[in-house]
Amino acid sequence: MQSIELTATHSAAKDWEEKMKADGVDISACYQCGKCTAGCPMAESMDYTTRQVVRLLQMGLVDEALRSNSIWFCLSCQTCSTRCPKDVDPAKMMEVLRWESQKQGVAAMPNVIIFHKAFLEAVKNNGRLFEVEMTMKNNLRSRDLFNNVDLGPKMMFKGKLQMLPPRIGDNGEVKKLFERVRERRGG
Amino acid sequence: MKIAYYPGCSLETTGIEFHLSTEYCAKKVDLELWEIPSWNCCGASSAHTLDHLLSLALPARNLAIAEKEGLDVAVPCAACYTHFKNVEAEVRQNEEVQQEVAQVIDMDYHATNNTKSILEVFVDQVGLNAIGAEVKKPLEGLKVACYYGCFLVRPPKLGHFDDRTEDPQSMDDLITALGGTPVEWPHKTECCGAGMVTLSPENGLPLSYELLRAAQLCGADCIAAACPMCQMNLDLRQEEIKKKYKADFNLPIYYFTELMALSFGASPKEIGLQKHFVESVSLVAEIGRKETA
Ligand code: SF4
Ligand code: SF4
Repeated sequence: MQSIELTATHSAAKDWEEKMKADGVDISACYQCGKCTAGCPMAESMDYTTRQVVRLLQMGLVDEALRSNSIWFCLSCQTCSTRCPKDVDPAKMMEVLRWESQKQGVAAMPNVIIFHKAFLEAVKNNGRLFEVEMTMKNNLRSRDLFNNVDLGPKMMFKGKLQMLPPRIGDNGEVKKLFERVRERRGG
Repeated sequence: MKIAYYPGCSLETTGIEFHLSTEYCAKKVDLELWEIPSWNCCGASSAHTLDHLLSLALPARNLAIAEKEGLDVAVPCAACYTHFKNVEAEVRQNEEVQQEVAQVIDMDYHATNNTKSILEVFVDQVGLNAIGAEVKKPLEGLKVACYYGCFLVRPPKLGHFDDRTEDPQSMDDLITALGGTPVEWPHKTECCGAGMVTLSPENGLPLSYELLRAAQLCGADCIAAACPMCQMNLDLRQEEIKKKYKADFNLPIYYFTELMALSFGASPKEIGLQKHFVESVSLVAEIGRKETA
């Protein structure tokens, strides 16, 4: 069995309790009733269930939580946060963990991040989602060239696929918005 | 009545029927939809996952344009709707956020206007009486499983018009007003699997399967959806689900606005019903035999 350094985990637990509080998540209020997991539609896919992820944070085992696939399988369906008797807001917790996991580069499902990046790039370039651009970038970068390409012809046949990028007539406002966000990140 | 209208990206492509049927119905009940000029993508779950500020700024730019006109905003897509509501809540609660968002979008924005789902606009603002009065072809005999999904009701702290979180009724009431029969079923607000159906079908597809199964077990002829993502998962993926689970559901997945438009007298073609992947025209071909007007 792996040994755990208790002093370190204790201070990590304290740090994360504060960090989560800043986003309205009350980790210490959780009494482990499991109602969040009971209603979670993705529980079966997750390596740690929603209740267990809260427990990991209570115990300061933050790294486990950040590397779990749970945070990426979470669909933000909000069922847990709706039903939690202690108002912990586990759905928000999952979201905050996703931000941090990605920042640290330890995401268990990097393909999900590749997809979201391709999505936002297509939005930055066109103001609206341009699916052809997004799918091409996503498939190239995830080295999965034929991912969902069977859907393209189906969509096209039904007249649901736009082959040309949308023109929204915003005078480049959306691109500037993206740039101002990036400047604030200092990146 | 005039309201700003935010179609969102899906309604230009995969969910075009939602757009066509919404416009059709709005005209019939004298609801003026002012499409937000140069509206942009709300960022969807991608902005939410990658960048908090971006996930506020993208919806805010649209809301700010409507606020300048003094208009509330009607949003058909349930996912866009929840992102809009989120921004509203954060901007109202926190002055720092309000200022940061205004700087990033380079526009004034104070969240003095309100985001409304298109279901809310029809049921609550137009009203069931006015809608009932427009019905030419009642949906007689049509058994409909009303599917609200996640974001029209959750999380409750965002304040939704239908606050019966675990058992919403507004769409059921609408279907009744159109002459149809809403069925009782337990999956009204279960998740369809959202993006996971595409990103990892092995994990996402079971959710859509369960929804179809529940609807059929409860005697529904079809499902009425309120979100282009839910509709696409249940409609486009039904063939795959059929193969995987050896279950031949053959359930048309309508937008509730399509059912409303049909009962108002629209032809299936003009609202794009032939664009569905599960054949959806024959089930409604018979409605309105007993024409009322
Ligand atoms: S429902 Fe709330 S209190 Fe219960 S285990 Fe989940 S987070 Fe903890
Ligand atoms: S929000 Fe995430 S963790 Fe919570 S119930 Fe939904 S999928 Fe599960």
